[in-house]
Amino acid sequence: MPAGSDRSTVDTLNAADLARDSGAAAVSAHGLVKSYGSVRALAGVDLEVPTATVLGLLGPNGAGKTTIIRILTTLLKPDAGSAQVDGLDVVRDAAKLRERIGLAGQYAAVDENLTGLENLTMVGRLYGEKRAAAKRRGEELLERFELLEAANRPTKTYSGGMRRRLDLAAALVASPPVLFLDEPTTGLDPRSRLQLWETIEGLVAEGTTVLLTTQNLDEADRLASEISVIDQGRVIAGGSPDDLKDRVGGERLEIRLADAAQGEVALGALASMTDDPPSAEGDLVRVGVRRRDGAIVEAVRRLDRAGIGVQDITLRRPTLDDVFLALTGHGAESGEADLQDAA
Amino acid sequence: MRRLVTDTLVIAERNLVRLPRAPELLLAFTVQPIMFVLLFRYVFGGAIKTPGYSYADFLIPGIIVQNIAFGGFVTALGLNEDLHKGLIDRFRSLPMARPAVLAGRTSADVVTNALSATILVITGLLIGFSFHTSVWEAIAGFGLLLVFGYAFSWVFAFLGMLVSTPEAANSVGFIAVFPLTFISSAFVPVQSMPEPLRAFAEVNPFTITVDAMRSLWLGAPAHNNVWGALVWAVAIIAVFAPLAVARYRTAAGG
Repeated sequence: MPAGSDRSTVDTLNAADLARDSGAAAVSAHGLVKSYGSVRALAGVDLEVPTATVLGLLGPNGAGKTTIIRILTTLLKPDAGSAQVDGLDVVRDAAKLRERIGLAGQYAAVDENLTGLENLTMVGRLYGEKRAAAKRRGEELLERFELLEAANRPTKTYSGGMRRRLDLAAALVASPPVLFLDEPTTGLDPRSRLQLWETIEGLVAEGTTVLLTTQNLDEADRLASEISVIDQGRVIAGGSPDDLKDRVGGERLEIRLADAAQGEVALGALASMTDDPPSAEGDLVRVGVRRRDGAIVEAVRRLDRAGIGVQDITLRRPTLDDVFLALTGHGAESGEADLQDAA
Repeated sequence: MRRLVTDTLVIAERNLVRLPRAPELLLAFTVQPIMFVLLFRYVFGGAIKTPGYSYADFLIPGIIVQNIAFGGFVTALGLNEDLHKGLIDRFRSLPMARPAVLAGRTSADVVTNALSATILVITGLLIGFSFHTSVWEAIAGFGLLLVFGYAFSWVFAFLGMLVSTPEAANSVGFIAVFPLTFISSAFVPVQSMPEPLRAFAEVNPFTITVDAMRSLWLGAPAHNNVWGALVWAVAIIAVFAPLAVARYRTAAGG
């Protein structure tokens, strides 16, 4: 089994720090190009993920995120460009690389007619473990993912969240130093999503490098140290979540007034809260805010002082759509949906 | 090579362990063939002339071969489902021998084929079929059946990896298998067919295999058909196993 299994004996935070300090990139890709027939899924993608960090690939359906993951996990050969994962070339050293990576895809790839434990034991044996050792490792993972009680139930009786956890557990069977997660929380309820986020954070703290794709800015914000925004097969922006949010314009208040006629007065009352001029559209007023904390209270106080009635007020975080609007001038949905099948 | 064997066994075990838990699959291997036997024996049997043999004797070797071909659908559907559910992606991301997922599947099929052939023979014995040859020839017949079934599993494995949806696997498979099995000596003597069909039926590997089965179980003159059937089986494996594995290597899930 790869080195991952004995990491737990070391102080986990130190292990992650040491790995990060070594500065080596666990994943690097240069000029990846991939076409499906006449459709260009990737048009030259460069990526770099330092060891023990998380890179989030953010983009709409069909942007090419899954194609990138498939190339980096040896499932697909690039037409041009090269990539190394854990020091191994994804094409030349594919067979060897498969021992060093874990993949959890968009679909919970578990056999529905096998139990949770049978699924993990099977994967362990396919990594070359003996049955007994694979079973032990499976039990260990089931316990870690709070699935031990369901260990001997066929996975078709599992909830969506349980299946995703089992899928992630299957990706961790060989304690891979590099983990690829393709939209790990799509379709999960908020509680399961949070659980999965915590698990991923734990793995990174232990020194695992993670490359994940997501359509959810919150997810990228929470997990990723760096984000690459992908659109139409290219990296169109990159940086830390904060960098990215700055470029998008941060969070904003949306205030629905009791009386649309008071829009102008409201804009005047709120103007000094924001760097950009607020806008009013019917009874809806939008105000970009510098600081999240206290923004709602401050706005309500100002409006109240000006004698303006408020029907509803929400603090809206930038969404993927806002990111795309800011970076490309088009919304996320208009990303080429027809690429989705191919990718 | 050792990895190929162990990985194949792991996958074969997976396919067998899940079988009793999918009752709809088990039906395909048990009740469905019995239905076919009863249908042919009692609905069509009275109208079909099979000189030299009772229809029960004539039918059982034929229907057992046909049943094995139809059983292959489960292989195609199962693999296609694995493809869509992302399981093939998972397997392909593991450091396992490349042909093992398909080899494991086709090996497991040998077990299910043996199961449904046994059920069919027992059904046959109940409706009037009997072996006219020695125990050894009867066993050799079983062996030939399983070899032929294994070869056909590779055809369906290729089909399962080739088509985009389980529905497509179903209809493409049906279009291919239905004429192949029916325009053969499985249910009627080929002499009763009009000339073009008869010409096709005589070279059809199903006819050759069914005739070989009849020679091993009933003592019917088979000429070179036992060897012919084995050659067909080997040829089918030699063509379809590499094709299926090549598809597997580049298969895209989702």
